[in-house]
Amino acid sequence: MTDLPHAPEQPVPAAKTSRWKTFWRSDIVWSYRRSPVTVVASIVAFLLIFMAVFAPFLAPYNPFNPATLNLMDGFTPPNSNSMGGRYFALGTDSQGRDVLSTIMYGSRVSLFVGAMATLFAMVMGVGLGLVAGYVGGLIDAVIMRVADVQLSFPAILIALLIFGVARGIIPPNQQEGAAIWVLIIAIGLANWAQFARTVRGATMVERQKDYVAAARILGVNPFFILLRHVLPNVVGPVLVIGTIGLALAIIEEATLSYLGVGVPPTQPSLGTLIRIGQQFLFSGEWWILLFPAITLVLLALSVNLLGDWLRDALNPKLR
Amino acid sequence: MHTSLTRIAAALAATTMLAGVANAETIRWARSSDALTLDPHSQNQGNTHTLAHHIYETLVGRDNDGTLTPRLATEWALKEGDDTVWVFKLREGVKFHNGADFTAEDVVYSIERAKSEFSNMKQLHSVVEGVTAVDDYTVEFQMAGPSLIYPNNLTNTFIMDKTWSEEHDLAVVQDFASGASNYAVLNTNGTGPYTLVSREIDVKTVLASNPEWWGQAPAVTGVEYLTIADAQTRISALLSGEVDIVQDVPPQDIERLSSTEGFKVETGPENRFIYFGYKFGDAPLKSSNITDSNPFNNPLVREAMELVLDRDAIQKVVMRGQSIPTGIANPPFVAGWTEELDAYPAPDVEKAKALMVEAGYPDGFTVTLDTPNNRYVNDEAISTAYVGMLGQIGIQVTLASRPVAEHSPIILANESDFYLLGWGVPTFDSAYVFNDLVHTKTETHGTYNVGLYSNPELDEKIISLGTESDQAKRDATVADIWATVKADRVLLPVHNQVLAYAMRSGVTLPVQPENQPSMTTVTFE
Amino acid sequence: MLAFIARRLLQSVIVMLVVAFIAFLVFRYVGDPLANLLSQDAKMTDYEEARERLGLNQPFYVQFFHFVVNALQGQFGVSYRLQQPVSQLILERLPATIELAVASSIIALVFGVFLGVYTALKQRAFSTGVIMTLSLIGVSLPTFLIGIGLIYVFAVELKWLPSFGRGEVVQIGWWRTGLLTQSGLRSLILPAITLSLFQLTLIMRLVRAEMMEVLRTDYIRFARARGLSQRAINFGHALKNTMVPVITITGLQLGSVIAFAIITETVFQWPGVGSLFVNSVAAVDVPVMAAYLVFVALVFVMINLVVDILYFIVDPRLRDGAKSGR
Repeated sequence: MTDLPHAPEQPVPAAKTSRWKTFWRSDIVWSYRRSPVTVVASIVAFLLIFMAVFAPFLAPYNPFNPATLNLMDGFTPPNSNSMGGRYFALGTDSQGRDVLSTIMYGSRVSLFVGAMATLFAMVMGVGLGLVAGYVGGLIDAVIMRVADVQLSFPAILIALLIFGVARGIIPPNQQEGAAIWVLIIAIGLANWAQFARTVRGATMVERQKDYVAAARILGVNPFFILLRHVLPNVVGPVLVIGTIGLALAIIEEATLSYLGVGVPPTQPSLGTLIRIGQQFLFSGEWWILLFPAITLVLLALSVNLLGDWLRDALNPKLR
Repeated sequence: MHTSLTRIAAALAATTMLAGVANAETIRWARSSDALTLDPHSQNQGNTHTLAHHIYETLVGRDNDGTLTPRLATEWALKEGDDTVWVFKLREGVKFHNGADFTAEDVVYSIERAKSEFSNMKQLHSVVEGVTAVDDYTVEFQMAGPSLIYPNNLTNTFIMDKTWSEEHDLAVVQDFASGASNYAVLNTNGTGPYTLVSREIDVKTVLASNPEWWGQAPAVTGVEYLTIADAQTRISALLSGEVDIVQDVPPQDIERLSSTEGFKVETGPENRFIYFGYKFGDAPLKSSNITDSNPFNNPLVREAMELVLDRDAIQKVVMRGQSIPTGIANPPFVAGWTEELDAYPAPDVEKAKALMVEAGYPDGFTVTLDTPNNRYVNDEAISTAYVGMLGQIGIQVTLASRPVAEHSPIILANESDFYLLGWGVPTFDSAYVFNDLVHTKTETHGTYNVGLYSNPELDEKIISLGTESDQAKRDATVADIWATVKADRVLLPVHNQVLAYAMRSGVTLPVQPENQPSMTTVTFE
Repeated sequence: MLAFIARRLLQSVIVMLVVAFIAFLVFRYVGDPLANLLSQDAKMTDYEEARERLGLNQPFYVQFFHFVVNALQGQFGVSYRLQQPVSQLILERLPATIELAVASSIIALVFGVFLGVYTALKQRAFSTGVIMTLSLIGVSLPTFLIGIGLIYVFAVELKWLPSFGRGEVVQIGWWRTGLLTQSGLRSLILPAITLSLFQLTLIMRLVRAEMMEVLRTDYIRFARARGLSQRAINFGHALKNTMVPVITITGLQLGSVIAFAIITETVFQWPGVGSLFVNSVAAVDVPVMAAYLVFVALVFVMINLVVDILYFIVDPRLRDGAKSGR
């Protein structure tokens, strides 16, 4: 994209302050300031993401290092000291892991899987959408039919199937190392179709325009021109789909973990934590389930709310 | 349609029958998975046998403490002067549910059916060369050689009615590879304490007591056997009063259930141990960073691994006290178990570290541990806990947790370097453990000897157990083999499982060590 | 018209074959059925023998070919686990899933449309903000957590509703229904609500978006100008116009209802095809798993076909330029 031939010159950026002012007065910021729910959601999302990214520096313990665990610390209630004298703000789970730390590290895993899967789906969807919209004909028909099938088939089922195939292809003693990437690809492959549909539509509209024909006459590969013109047009919708897709991917990862396919239990994601915690729902150790569950809901909810706001803000018809 | 009509008729008949019985009591009994089939010889599997024991009967039964008891056979002994023949005297006056008399011919037919090609019970009878009816109530089993323990193999082999079976073409056991289903999968004709009223697979099976049964009439006259797969849902059903008895209670729920008004939990040891296994031999491990040797093959490493295995901590925290830690891969029910073998060393991390240095692995090594996550009680949690313990001596373990359907093929193909398994001993005899876990892996032995341990001297002794006719000599050989198995640390046992049944107050179902409880043993207060 | 339908039919067949192929591919890897079929004391020779008999030694394409040929005749073989014909097992359990899916779709439609209209008409109201935010919780909570939570509150703590199963059922022909008994209806409530939440959110947001767009169109402005009452405009014209996409999406989403039913049925021990599938996966019961996926694909293909044909009939533009596909 950087070495585009005959790319139109970018306007020289205006002075920084005036740009900031324009931004501050823009519709998007206005609608953001006007919506307290969105402000709260973005703060919550920021805090959760910050906590996850910097978990190794913030977390009181490292629950992913099994050698530091003491089984006898297990089932310590929140805000108390274990028999070994260590303090646990949110208690410990059945393995003596600090719940607060596992949540921080677990969010990290969940967010990483969700973000990478969404990115993967986005790249794949945008690429295929562009190709389908630009080339048309048989290739378009095939890509869009596959997208139709994928959209109607539940993402969880597709992800399960892909996970199954991967398990068969990868030799057993390498499966655990690859598990997280398999998960990313499985969830990503299950979610690309939305992106492809949106981009294809926009591409088809642009393709009709004169400048494309002009480019062709000038001997420039019109595909790159399209790329240049279509992408800015679809940034909004793609961002919206991506945000909501991120929330979906996090939930999907949790559901897959609940079904027992997912990351290794020694490096649990939020979903794995919930699967482990729900065994203790009736036995009184509510904190093992409750805190990870609240974190998951907060994360998915805040990301969803941001996506919702983004959709409304970017759709001028709804304002 | 025809079958459902007959079933409704049977249900009506059963209800009218019940109306005549004083204190008719129906028990709603739930466990995690259903019996696979009603064909008594098709599957050698606990849940299937449990249901079958209510409808069909075996020649020999077993007490809750493991001793054999008379059932359809009243007495049995080796034939005088020929220690290769077992003679069984049959109970007289017993009738099948359809009214037919139970005779020696039915036993001959059933054992032959259990030995047939598609039967999953055939391994237990591989030493039987032929069965003959001497008279209506005497049967002789001709063995390939002396087999002292054979009656132990009969406790799950059910007796069918020959005439009824022939009428419905049942000579061949259901073959899962064939395109058709056979009559016995959904229809029954046994001699047992209950008759089948209706069955909806994976949902509900209804039984009514058999008024013609030879034994003492059970207190429970009606049984609703329900399948509830999800553990939380199962416990919820008990708490909300929708079922009376729940099997497969997770250890963490026992305390809360016992302290809840109106409920209680019965616990007792199961005849099954849980162990870790590792790869023997010189070949380097597939999943390790040590590529020029096999650390597990070093006895010092195995000793270090046992010294960091804190069995008591696992019992206390992971199992909530619901397990019996052990130092031997043999449950106390089984002949050959001794207190001395059962003892295990106290954890000693410092000594283990020293052993690792001595063994030449001061920095430890990496390896993958394969564990099932839906087969044994808290299997994944046990493995996770051990991963942490091994980390203290530098053994960095990647935990590969899989459902049992994926775990088993990896185990059977010897693909695993390090694994968790459990083993039940249905014959209550040590030879059952040796044959499959200790003997060198061949086509007929050592099927689950995944570590490929091989000791020709032991193999010879194990084979001799099958045909030894002198009980004292046999016991000595068993003790001898156990001593070597323990010294070599062929397996690394963790604990024996404990069973827990939860029920509403006023009902008592005692724990059965093979997890095959019978509703005839239920008592009311 | 005929050419269009023929082309769609052909596409459907291809989809079915692809699904069957993928299903088959996957099932080779979900585990070894023999691990469950043979007993603990089976010998290695027994494993070899069984593998041979099941045809598991045959090359993949041979197994696939047999499967397709048999499937075309409606033969899906015998369940490894339950030893009964697969088609019979699925038919027996289908009514339970259909009743659950329909009940949850009705809940989702009724509440979804109502809340969608309400939030579209009262865009600035505080209650709208609350509803919109709350509705997102429906898609932010995993289905299994909702189910367990409902059981805990309504079955265990309050003891109002049953925690599992279908209650008493009545047999009508081959159809086993739970709708005719009180316990059957009570058993339906919790699983149907659990299953409906996701759909409900989706429908509500769709109705709201469509309503807001329609209310802005010239046609509604004209109606207002003509002096029609607000009620008549909102419900007589605007809502009617939003219903086409809503019904289409609801129909097309039936696939995901069936999929979420897998988890709901597992949590509530609902004896439908979803829990049959889950039990079969655990036991590597390949014939049942393959038949289930083909069945889901068939449902999806049929719905799509019907929707396509309906569109074709309704939308004149498509009729004129049938070549351009959808």
